Amino acid sequence: MKDLKEIISFLKEYDGEEIRIMEICGSHTGAIAKNGIEAMLSEKICLISGPGCPVCVTPSAYIDRLIELSLESDTTVVTFGDLLRVPGSRESLREAQGRGAKVKMVYSPMDIIGIAKDSPDNKFVFAAIGFETTTPVYALLLDTLVKEKIENVKLLTALKTMPEVVDVLCSGGAKINAFIAPGHVCVVTGSRIFEPAAQKYHLPFVVSGFEGEDLLRTIYLLVQNKGEGKVINNYPSVVSYEGNEKAQALVEKYFTKADASWRGIGNVTGSGRLIRPEFSRYDAGSAGLEYDEKKNKACSCDKVIMGLISPEECPLFGKICNPGNPQGACMVSPEGSCNTRFCMG
Amino acid sequence: MCVANTGKILSIDSEKNNASVDFRGSRINARMGLADVKVGDRVLVHAGCILQKVSDEQYEEWVALANEIENETEEA
Ligand code: SF4
Repeated sequence: MKDLKEIISFLKEYDGEEIRIMEICGSHTGAIAKNGIEAMLSEKICLISGPGCPVCVTPSAYIDRLIELSLESDTTVVTFGDLLRVPGSRESLREAQGRGAKVKMVYSPMDIIGIAKDSPDNKFVFAAIGFETTTPVYALLLDTLVKEKIENVKLLTALKTMPEVVDVLCSGGAKINAFIAPGHVCVVTGSRIFEPAAQKYHLPFVVSGFEGEDLLRTIYLLVQNKGEGKVINNYPSVVSYEGNEKAQALVEKYFTKADASWRGIGNVTGSGRLIRPEFSRYDAGSAGLEYDEKKNKACSCDKVIMGLISPEECPLFGKICNPGNPQGACMVSPEGSCNTRFCMG
Repeated sequence: MCVANTGKILSIDSEKNNASVDFRGSRINARMGLADVKVGDRVLVHAGCILQKVSDEQYEEWVALANEIENETEEA
C-alpha cells in the first residue's frame, strides 16, 4: 500500500480522465468538508454528495404525520434533534411546538423506555428514521418493548436501504464513475451489499472509514480501480464481507422489506423497511407516507440529493435559505449537503 | 446520522444489558444485544448501542495483504 504522502501527491497531480465520485453517507459528507479533502484533489477528481443523510430524504408526509401525532392530547413524539427543524408541507415539528405539539429529544432510541415507564398513562412515539446502520437499534428497541411488555410506545418508521437507491442513482443523470460506500451501513450489512451494483454498472465501490486518511486512501483506490466492477473494503477493522449477522437477524425478526418514499427522488421499490404485521401494534401508521410537498417551491433539494447540482446552484442557497432559516431538508442537518457547504465552505 | 464512535468496554451489567464504555476519558452507558462483546473489547457505538466489536487483527491483516498486492503489482 502506498504511504500517505505518495497518495496525497498522486491525488493532487492526477491528470487522467475525469472521475466523478459520489459519497452516499452524510457522515462522509461532513468528514470530507471537515478535513478539507476537496482542496487536496486534482480538478479531474470531482466529489459529489448523494442521498446519504436520512433527515434529508424524509418526505414531508412523514413530518406532517409526526406533527399530527404530537398534537394528540396524550401523545409525545420522541426524536433525535436533527428532525425538529425539517420542513413538513406546512411547518416543522419545532414550529408546531408553538401550537402545543409535544416533542422530546433524546440521544438514543433506547432512552424512550425509561421515559415511557415513568409516565405509564401517556403514549410515546419514536420518530424512527435511518438507514441500515440504525435499523438494528430500532429492532433492539422493539425486542425490549416486547420482552418487557411495554405497551405505551410505538414507532413511526421511515427506514431506508441503500442498494435500491444506488440503482436509481446509477441509472440517473449524475454520471457517477465510483462510489465511496457508507462505512457504518456496511458494518451491519457487510460489504457484499454493493456487489450487485458494482458488477451491473462496472463501477468500483470502496467501503470507507471517516478519518481524513481513510478518505484519501479510499479516493486513491477508487481512482486506481475506475471502470472495475468491484467492492473493496477499506474499513476492515469493523466491516466484514458478511456484516453483523446477529444484528441482521434481529432486523429480519421485526422488519420486512417494503417500498419507501425518498424526498427528492420519489417512491423507490424495495428501498425501505416496515414493522412486520405481527408486531403492528407497535407501528404508529408508517405505511403509505409518500407525498412530498415542498414548503418553498424554489428549493432544489431534489436535484442536490441526486447529485445533479451542487448546493450553490440552488437560487435560495445562502440567501433566504440558511441553517437559521432552512427552506429544505438539506440545510437542516449537519450531514446535509447544503448545510455542510454553508457552514464549512 | 450514521455516526458511530469507538470506545473501550470498562464494565458490563448483564442484568440491564448495559455496558459502561470509555470514550477518551468520558464514560457512557451503551446498550448491548447487537454484538457479542466482553470487558476490554474496543467497540463501535451508534445511537447508544454497541454495533460491532473493533478488530485490530483484521485491520493489520488487511494492511499486510494490501502491501503484498502492491509489491506484486510493482514487481510485475
Ligand atoms: S439551499 Fe436550501 S432551498 Fe436550496 S436545495 Fe439546499 S436546502 Fe433546498
